[in-house]
Amino acid sequence: MKFIPDPIGRFCHRMASPPHFYALSGKLLPWLTGIFLILLACGLYGGLYLAPPDYQQGDSYRIIYIHVPSAWMSLFIYIVMAITGAIGLIWRIKLAEIVAISSASVGASFTFIALVTGSLWGKPMWGTWWVWDARLTSELILLFLYLGVIGLYNAIDDKRTASKAVAILALVGVVNIPIIHYSVEWWNTLHQGPTVTKMDKPSIHVSMLIPLLLMAIAFKFYYVIAMLQRARLELLQRERTAAWVKKLVSEPSNSSS
Amino acid sequence: MKPIRRQRLILIILMIAGIGTAVGFALKSFNDNLMYFFSTTDVDNGKAPKDALFRLGGMVVKGTVERPGDGLTVRFKLTDFSKEVTVEYTGILPDLFREGQGIVANGKLDARGVFVAEEVLAKHDENYMPPEVKASLKQELKNQ
Repeated sequence: MKFIPDPIGRFCHRMASPPHFYALSGKLLPWLTGIFLILLACGLYGGLYLAPPDYQQGDSYRIIYIHVPSAWMSLFIYIVMAITGAIGLIWRIKLAEIVAISSASVGASFTFIALVTGSLWGKPMWGTWWVWDARLTSELILLFLYLGVIGLYNAIDDKRTASKAVAILALVGVVNIPIIHYSVEWWNTLHQGPTVTKMDKPSIHVSMLIPLLLMAIAFKFYYVIAMLQRARLELLQRERTAAWVKKLVSEPSNSSS
Repeated sequence: MKPIRRQRLILIILMIAGIGTAVGFALKSFNDNLMYFFSTTDVDNGKAPKDALFRLGGMVVKGTVERPGDGLTVRFKLTDFSKEVTVEYTGILPDLFREGQGIVANGKLDARGVFVAEEVLAKHDENYMPPEVKASLKQELKNQ
């Protein structure tokens, strides 16, 4: 049974080779950082300065330019972590395991930011810092899942075994992702329903939507940058006895970092 | 795909399907507890608990907000567009509280069938627009 066409398979094999990944990611990082900074500047300028105030909330709605992209990233990174974890489990690809664990702390940070910014907004708008409704509770569980993944990984000394354990935990937790997304539709919640991701046209004015989408893309770039940096470090630690790492250390002038 | 890998893939899919089903059934059986608030129709049907705190959600009916006395006490009607319930609250209302706004109140029913709230939270809707757009939307509605 042919699952993956040959050229893609060859590309993946090359990417999965640690020295190649290390060199390529080192070359990509400055470019990614540049694009991230441009997107972030445009998104923040558009969101905090150009976008008009909301008809009801005035200027305090502007927290969505941090809160909403963070919440999206918290779900997106978890899915990436679960998929790369599964790839690591099935094909035993070392690089997939490294990407999975390197994503965990970035995802945990975004989840934390989403919870804190939501809470800061909730006090003046809803009248409370926190309620135990379905959306807020499931997002908090997501934070605990991330922390569980990080803790479990650090509790096991053999990193290949740790990666398998972490992948299984991440896959078990994946049921929480649709629950978070649909919680506002399945149950009565204090948290409002989806604005941008619903099927008909988004219920946000286009002048407010564009900076929001810019911020969302900027956060995606930030994730890739942070994840690659962690992955490179993790790779060097795991491969510290390999020939290519020794070569890299003995000839620092040729290294791409 | 090598047989061992396919086996692992199937195992993972089965695991996720199994957990998904289990969680699905669990959530279904706890469905009522996961509802953050009761609707006004639930109260009218007697579904809401008597002599116990519960949360009531709905829209503030336009023109029903009144302040009996000169204190902080507010009285208004909540609706889910089929049944109405009168709510009394003493305290400071959140910024987003206004007529036509969705709110969630925590409290209990008294003997008169009035919901005495201890806490009122505003439920924000998912619409974001500049004030000018809101004004022109209102104008359009009037012209129709």
